[in-house]
Amino acid sequence: MVEIAEGCALAGLPPMVRLVLQGRAAALDAAATSLGLAAPPPMLRAASGTGGTALRLGPFELLILPTPDGRAGVDTALATVPHSLVEVSDRNVGFMLEGARAADILAGLCPLDFALSSFPVGMMTRTLLDKAGAMIWRTDAQSFHIEVWRSFGPYVEAQLREVAQGISFSLLAV
Amino acid sequence: MLLIDCPYCGPRAEIEFAYGGEAHIARPAADVSEAEWAAFLYLRDNTKGVLAERWRHSHGCGRFFNALRDTRTDRFHAFYEIGTPRPDVGDAA
Ligand SMILES: [Zn+2]
Repeated sequence: MVEIAEGCALAGLPPMVRLVLQGRAAALDAAATSLGLAAPPPMLRAASGTGGTALRLGPFELLILPTPDGRAGVDTALATVPHSLVEVSDRNVGFMLEGARAADILAGLCPLDFALSSFPVGMMTRTLLDKAGAMIWRTDAQSFHIEVWRSFGPYVEAQLREVAQGISFSLLAV
Repeated sequence: MLLIDCPYCGPRAEIEFAYGGEAHIARPAADVSEAEWAAFLYLRDNTKGVLAERWRHSHGCGRFFNALRDTRTDRFHAFYEIGTPRPDVGDAA
């Protein structure tokens, strides 16, 4: 964790298994069940079960972050259902942005409304961070899990720091 | 900046989307004449008024969908899923 603005820290997340599942309702249902969920999360929401976390990127698409033991269950559950399952563990890098100004920093790079009322805890979406495609997942009121493609990692990190620095200056001026 | 209401994600800024051109253009069979194929590829209505057009939420859910937009004012009248018929909005301006 590195403090990039007063009360706001940025950290690179450790490597993790990431799977993108594309399929119709039967495939999404089977994967959700294997993770210990009653149903796939609704659009733009994340849900965690005993086997891992599922994030609803699109109507026919889930990003799955399985636990070490959960991966095999996903494969087994999908074996008889038409689907596409792609491992993208190494394609993405993850960041954790935490602190009172985290939402303000994201708002400097993205036109979405990050107020808690319109982007509540558990909401996630693909969007843009400045010029790079990104996935933003609010894991807590002041915590965001950010995923970008690996080659965009240094760029997005630099942009986050740039905005944080601007916010720090504006705090000094008050 | 247009505010585009993705049928799956809700209203988002225009920068998240890619434009897909005129909607409801059926791909002809492979054995049509060259003139018919050229018409399919290149000839568009160039509507002045309400146009049915495709958008893709490329930096969001990734889905294509259709929209009715007035090309004179940029005002959107409807957003609807691919494969569903064009909604009737009359000749709304
Ligand atoms: Zn969408």
